[in-house]
Formats: sequence, structure tokens, C-alpha cells
Amino acid sequence: MLISYLAVLIIIGFVSLLGIGALVASYVMQPRNPYREKLAPWECGMEPIGEANRGKFRIHFFIIAILFIVFDVETLFLFPWAAILNDKSLSLFVFVEMIIFVAVLALGLVYAWVKGALDWI
Amino acid sequence: MPDVTTLIEVLLIVIKVVVIAMILFSLPMPLTWLERKVAGHIQVRLGPWRVGPHGILQAVADAIKLMLKEDITPDKADKFLFRLAPLLALVPAFAVFVTIPFGESISIPFIERDVTLYIADMNVGILYILAIAGLGIYGVILGGWASNSKYSLLGALRSSAQMISYEIAISFAAIGVVMIANSLSLVDIVGAQSGSILNWNILYLPVGPVWFAIFLIASLAEINRIPFDLPEDEGTLGAGFHTEYSGMRFSLFMLAEYVAMVTVSILCVLLFFGGWNAPFDMPLPIPPIPAIFWFIGKVSAFIYFFMWLRFTLPRYRYDQLMTLGWKVLIPISLVNILVTGYMRI
Repeated sequence: MLISYLAVLIIIGFVSLLGIGALVASYVMQPRNPYREKLAPWECGMEPIGEANRGKFRIHFFIIAILFIVFDVETLFLFPWAAILNDKSLSLFVFVEMIIFVAVLALGLVYAWVKGALDWI
Repeated sequence: MPDVTTLIEVLLIVIKVVVIAMILFSLPMPLTWLERKVAGHIQVRLGPWRVGPHGILQAVADAIKLMLKEDITPDKADKFLFRLAPLLALVPAFAVFVTIPFGESISIPFIERDVTLYIADMNVGILYILAIAGLGIYGVILGGWASNSKYSLLGALRSSAQMISYEIAISFAAIGVVMIANSLSLVDIVGAQSGSILNWNILYLPVGPVWFAIFLIASLAEINRIPFDLPEDEGTLGAGFHTEYSGMRFSLFMLAEYVAMVTVSILCVLLFFGGWNAPFDMPLPIPPIPAIFWFIGKVSAFIYFFMWLRFTLPRYRYDQLMTLGWKVLIPISLVNILVTGYMRI
């Protein structure tokens, strides 16, 4: 079974090589003629004002990221549950249990919804 | 000292990886040609025409042009991350293919050996695909941030918020399929749909079509295609997160995008349309069509469908996109999980 994960390493290595190879080939062949205007970040032809990556962004994106983590972990819990669902001896028990779990998270979604975390103005 | 069988197995894996990676690396060339041709005919014009018959060498010309273009690294950019980001976008898009099956197995005539048409049948297949595909976000957000351009940063923030929002809906749709098939392995999921068209997950009434709709919409958003190609919203964002990229680095992003489109088409076929299974048994006394042709045919149909959508639908607005993801798809998925679970116990 572990051998199937060896393939992951091999493909990551091989594709990285392909990508770097393409970059190197292009580096050898391309012209190089940089000047100040060409190296400036694009801003519709204006002189760029200030720095963009100073870490200023709308907090809303952060809230969405936190919500994503909550729900992504929820889906992770659902995967093993889904795989054993047809096991007759425990299916009703785990099904009811999962209803409660999903209901709690749905409550979280309703809370975020009411609080306006999902609204974009 | 590893024995001979293990060595042969490792060698086979290496050969398969090389073949699949080379095919995927060159696949965007015919796909870009096809996309422009489809665009042309939908808009009642010819599309590429000059380079070779029916413009078929246009993609080669484009590839050469991209190779010969100057690769600009902006002055203010974070040089290391700027150069790393295209590779971070590229590698996960390819790594997904480790566990994607193209068929069951074929026997090679001369060496008397059965070769499986997948690199590895992991028992966590679909989960692995979701996890690795999720890593593609790092390429987007690092590339956009490292460019140090306002358009790139805004584009990167928007695309990463969009991708993580819809990843939840994709996972829910995958869970729906896992509940129907009771296995995470893609080979088993396809195996559960064998027999006839009635066993396909899309026809698992009443939840199958709903899961498929959720999966299709969410994956369109995940691979940034129309009607959800907000990251490339020319009107407001320049070119989105890859505004500052040019030449080969830009083409690596494009490559990753096309490979993602192929992946999503394959996943639609594997999860909902029976994979390589034929829809019905041939009544005529003709030899049956090999499974791999069914698979390629279905995947091509999906790729064409995505191209068709691109030149038919308008683009969503950003707040509509987030509303659709969080207020429509996720509640529907939660309800659908309970319905599917009730049907399966």
C-alpha cells in the first residue's frame, strides 16, 4: 500500500523538473531588455502609488477563511462516516449522531448568516 | 535488497508517471486550439485559420512565442516567491493524477503482464484529490501577493476566497458520492456504477442530479471558468493574480488551469457518469467498444461542455458568487447529505 504514495513523490519530482526545465529553456532563449517603466507594477499606466503587499486587506476575506476552516473540518469528519454508512450494525446510531453534528454546524452557518458575515457590500 | 517484483512495480510507476505527465504537459496545446476554434464557430467566425490547415499549428506557434517572450520580474516584487508561485500552481494540478483511474487494466501482449490503467489505487482516493487540488491556492495567493501590484493582490484575495468557499461545496458533493458508493477509492466508486446507465450516480434519484449540479457549479468556480472566472475579470482587475506574469511563468499558470479543467471533466465522469462503463450492453453482434474509448469520449464531451459554457454565459458579480456559494450550495448540500444518508441506511 505504501508504494502508491511513492508515486506521489515521483510525480511531484518529475513535474517540478518539467516546469523548471521549461523555465530554464525559456531563460536561455528569451531577450532581456529591462528598464524602469517595464519593471514597475502595472497600474493602468499611472505611476504606481505606494506598496501593495503591506498586508492591508479587507477583514471580510479573513472571516471567510475562518468559516472555510470550520466547514472543511466538518467535511473531513463526514468522509469516514460516509464510507461506513451501509454497515447495518451501527448505521442508524452513527446516522443520528451525524444529524446532531451537522445540525450544530448548520446552526453555526445560520449564526454567521444572521451576523452578516456572508454579505458582501 | 528489494526483490525483483517490487523493482518492476516501481519501474512501472515511473513509466506511468512519465507518460501521464508528458501527455498532460502537451495537452493544453490542442485544447487551446480547440477552445479558440469553438469560440470562433460559436461567434460565427472562423477562429484560428492561418497557421497550418484550419490553424491547427496555432498552438505550436503560441508555445514558441511564449518560450521566446521576456520573463519580467517586477522591481518591487518578492523575487523568490514570485518565481516559486507558478511551480506551486503547476505541481498540485499534476499530482492529482496519481490516483485518477483511466480504466481497469489491460494486458500488454508481449510481456504477458496485466497493467493497471491507474498509477495507484489509494484507499483514500477522492480525499487525496481534494486535498492536493486545494494546494493549488498557494500558487494563486503567493503569486498575487509577491507581485506587489494592487491588481494582483486584489485578484489573489478574490480568487482564494472564491476557491476556498467552493471547495466546501465540492467536498460535500464528493461525500454524497462516497455515501452512495461506500468507498473513497475511485476504482470502487466506478465499479459501483457498472452494469447499465441506471446504476450511474447521476441517475441515483432523487439525490444524484442534485449532487451533480452542486459538483458542477462548485468545480466551475474552483477552476475559475465562466461564469465564475472572477479572478480574470478584465473590467475590474486587469488580469487578476497573474497581472505581472509574462512569458513562461504565465504559461505555467495557464497550463495548470487547463490541467485542472481536464481533472474536473474526469472527476465528473468518474463520480457521476459511470467512468469507463458503457451505458448499455451492445445488442448487436459487434465486438464491444473498449472501456477506454467510453472514458475518453465522456471526458471529451465534458471538456467541450466547459468550452461551450465559456462562450455562452455572462460573468457573475463577486457578491452574487459568494452568495451562491455560501447561502445556496452549502445549505442544499447539508440537506442533501441528510436525505442521502436516510436513503442509504
